[in-house]
Amino acid sequence: MKRRTFLLGSAGAAGALVVGWSLLPPRQRLTTAQPLAVRAGQVALNGWVKIAADNTVTVVMSKSEMGQGIYTGLAMLLAEELDADWAQVRIEQSPIDKIYNNLAMLVDGLPFHPDDDGTIKRVAGWLTEKTMREIGVMATGGSSGTKDLWLPMREAGASARAMLIGAAAEQWKLPKAECRAEAGRVAHASGKSASFGELVAFAGTQALPESVQLKDPAGFKILGRPLPRIEAASKLDGTAVFGIDVLPPGLLYASVGMCPTLGGRLARFDGAAAVKLPGVKKVIAVDAYNGGSGGVAVIADTPFHAMRALKEVSVEWDHGASAGVSSEDVYRRLAQTLDRESGFAYYSHGDVDAALKSAAKTVTAEYRAPYLAHAAMEPMNCTVQFKDGAATVWASTQVPGIARSAAAKVLGIEAQKVDVRVQLLGGGFGRRLEVDIVSQAAAIAREAGGAPVKTIWSREQDLAHDYYRPACVSRFKAGLDAAGNLTAWHNSSAGQAIVPQVLTRSFGLPGAGPDKTASEGAFDQPYEWANARIGHEIFDFPVPVGFWRSVGHSHQAFFKESFIDEVAHAAGKDPVAFRAALLARHPRHLRVLKRAAELSGWGQPLAPAADGAKRVRGIALHQSFGSVVAQVAEVSLSADKSIRVHRVVCVIDCGFPVNPNLIRQQMESGIVFGLSAALYQAIDIVKGQVQQSNYHDFQVLRMDACPVIETDIVPSTEHPEGVGEPGTPPIAPAVANALFALTGQRLRALPLKLA
Amino acid sequence: MQTLNINGKLVEVRAEPDTPLLWVLRGELHLNGTKFDCGVALCGACTVHLDGEPVRSCVTPIADVGARKITTIEGLQGSEAAALNAAWIALDVVQCGYCQSGQLMSAAALLKKNPKPSDADIDAAMSGNICRCGTYPRIRAAIHRAANKKGV
Ligand code: FES
Ligand code: FES
Repeated sequence: MKRRTFLLGSAGAAGALVVGWSLLPPRQRLTTAQPLAVRAGQVALNGWVKIAADNTVTVVMSKSEMGQGIYTGLAMLLAEELDADWAQVRIEQSPIDKIYNNLAMLVDGLPFHPDDDGTIKRVAGWLTEKTMREIGVMATGGSSGTKDLWLPMREAGASARAMLIGAAAEQWKLPKAECRAEAGRVAHASGKSASFGELVAFAGTQALPESVQLKDPAGFKILGRPLPRIEAASKLDGTAVFGIDVLPPGLLYASVGMCPTLGGRLARFDGAAAVKLPGVKKVIAVDAYNGGSGGVAVIADTPFHAMRALKEVSVEWDHGASAGVSSEDVYRRLAQTLDRESGFAYYSHGDVDAALKSAAKTVTAEYRAPYLAHAAMEPMNCTVQFKDGAATVWASTQVPGIARSAAAKVLGIEAQKVDVRVQLLGGGFGRRLEVDIVSQAAAIAREAGGAPVKTIWSREQDLAHDYYRPACVSRFKAGLDAAGNLTAWHNSSAGQAIVPQVLTRSFGLPGAGPDKTASEGAFDQPYEWANARIGHEIFDFPVPVGFWRSVGHSHQAFFKESFIDEVAHAAGKDPVAFRAALLARHPRHLRVLKRAAELSGWGQPLAPAADGAKRVRGIALHQSFGSVVAQVAEVSLSADKSIRVHRVVCVIDCGFPVNPNLIRQQMESGIVFGLSAALYQAIDIVKGQVQQSNYHDFQVLRMDACPVIETDIVPSTEHPEGVGEPGTPPIAPAVANALFALTGQRLRALPLKLA
Repeated sequence: MQTLNINGKLVEVRAEPDTPLLWVLRGELHLNGTKFDCGVALCGACTVHLDGEPVRSCVTPIADVGARKITTIEGLQGSEAAALNAAWIALDVVQCGYCQSGQLMSAAALLKKNPKPSDADIDAAMSGNICRCGTYPRIRAAIHRAANKKGV
């Protein structure tokens, strides 16, 4: 399979890791417009690294840490090429600057099939990169952190190393080529040696190198090692500061109650009783922001005073356009849409109608998936201080630049007057790509006379006012020849589109046209079917939808991998062998599939569960965010017929494994996240109101239901691909396929429920 | 005014007696290691110890605390805590970290009572603590590891 090597110049797969600077737009992502702030004795050698006289190497983090381990991975990229001593590496969150804009995420968002490496795709990718460097956004999402910065951070490390070596050589009056950096020191064969800390002041006066040579993977000392995450200790003793933990002096707190109808507003309120309660400063109306709902806020001296007083505010709502929407109605109308339309064709090959007509056997099915909430454990919150025409925003956000614009817009000031300080995120999963909370917190802080205000939502508000994973209905028709070979694949799905909504609410742009994220996971997969048409029809409802871990893949993988299992059974073939036949020209996918089968003991007898219940395997394979993942789930039923998942074998090919420990963590994380959705979760909407309110009716997988998870990582020297999301899509179909093998029931709706 | 015994110190607090302990810790004393999430005893993020027993501080009004000793993540000490911390680091348990104070508080209380917990014991003691990042397999392994290391 051809890889997307065009991002690396044209060096090809083998050359990808050793691309020299000259093949890349030099320096465009090396230095910030404003010099980085430094403390005494510290020097910023470029926009990505500061070194201090005490030998600490501070790597500047332009991505948000939300559990995915990006702080560690990015620090490793830079430390490797710098030849830093890992024990001396520290991290610090970056300011907002163009060099930190995420290019990879946007290039990945283009609607191309991964096998397609044609000119149009390359030009579109190049143009997107070029434009986004200028007008793009800082964003952590789309499993793109490592791939976005794989080269820039290594180049920054190599550039800093060259400056340190240059400084040493000049001081020692020795040729640069004879000086070497290793573990935080520069040394010469003559015995001369100096630490980075001793050299950095002089190194800071050296010119930026014209070009740098990156290391060959064979010479990596840090990359590829399973290092523990760099910020772990602070998360064990309560010192880690999440957005919800910031404590600027004079802090006030706000509690918010929004119209329970999606997109609804406040008609009127009476805060007279609430304002008399202890600690209450103000009761105010809040507008609806970013496609969310309006409501009331209580500002008080403590969080509890704000929460308690909120209950005493009487309100009347203006329910608005969503009041007629119910999720049952959504499913029905999506199905009706599919009666009429096959949707925009994202992929089309051969003559699928003719192939279906001449098929010896056809299989049809309809699948569906519900709306889902993110339910990150840190409730939505944001702290804003608006004073003397300028604002400070403390936020756990995935998009600091958009957060800055949002606050500036609400406060009527220029973006430059807003200082955004990104804090640790207590989970993101896509929810913190939205800045509704920032706009709202800014509006509330505007009423606080210059004091900082921390606005905190309750879990109930969070579940009722999310940007949900869109509900989706999908239909399949497959044709088999007499020998049981797949000859036709026709798939149409319908649902809401995310990107047009995001363009409107986050960028103020009109949103229209096909949305790749709606069909991803359906059209961009490696299987080679002789005749295929894969389409998606956008049907809009007034329900806010957003990016939920693995986005379109989260449901499309369930549909596609379940249906391919159905077709395999209809053809009388083993599900692994059936898939393998469709992957003959995709060695990378084939390897992942076969490895998962082998490690799980596919085809071998499986011992019953401890209580004697029969245990059965199911498999799924899916590609997302550049990575290929196969999972085999071992499933049984308890005496009361509830679904138990005992063990999951997971194989991933994510290109060069920068940190195998973090990759394993993300597979575990993605599987647990996906299992919660597969076994329990749905957001139901009745008359525009979300019915779920807390973890009792929006359940999350708990310790007692968590399977053993074994992850195997395929060795590779290819460009690194995403790991934060690709673990999620395959688990629902792997479990559903096991349930079919166990019970004969084909479950075509999520969450999985046996009849 | 009420006096609370927090992490070995007597502290006078201003909060009204119906105030949940969580909000006294976070809102008044700025002990922010104890986390808020569900607010209704469904997630375990706010777990602290009262006389060594794990409780959900979000539903524990300070009026009910009385003279009992409160331990938060900031004050968690002793051989169980040290063994758990070492195991958490060795197995690199944490991800976003938001739930982890609560996980450690529950795990420390478990080990104190039951120095060699079985998988079923871990299920029973830890299933009240949600981790949305899915660190359960590593938490389980880390508890076993801490149990084996402790007192060896
Ligand atoms: S916040 Fe107390 S249990 Fe969830
Ligand atoms: S580590 Fe993120 S919720 Fe547990």
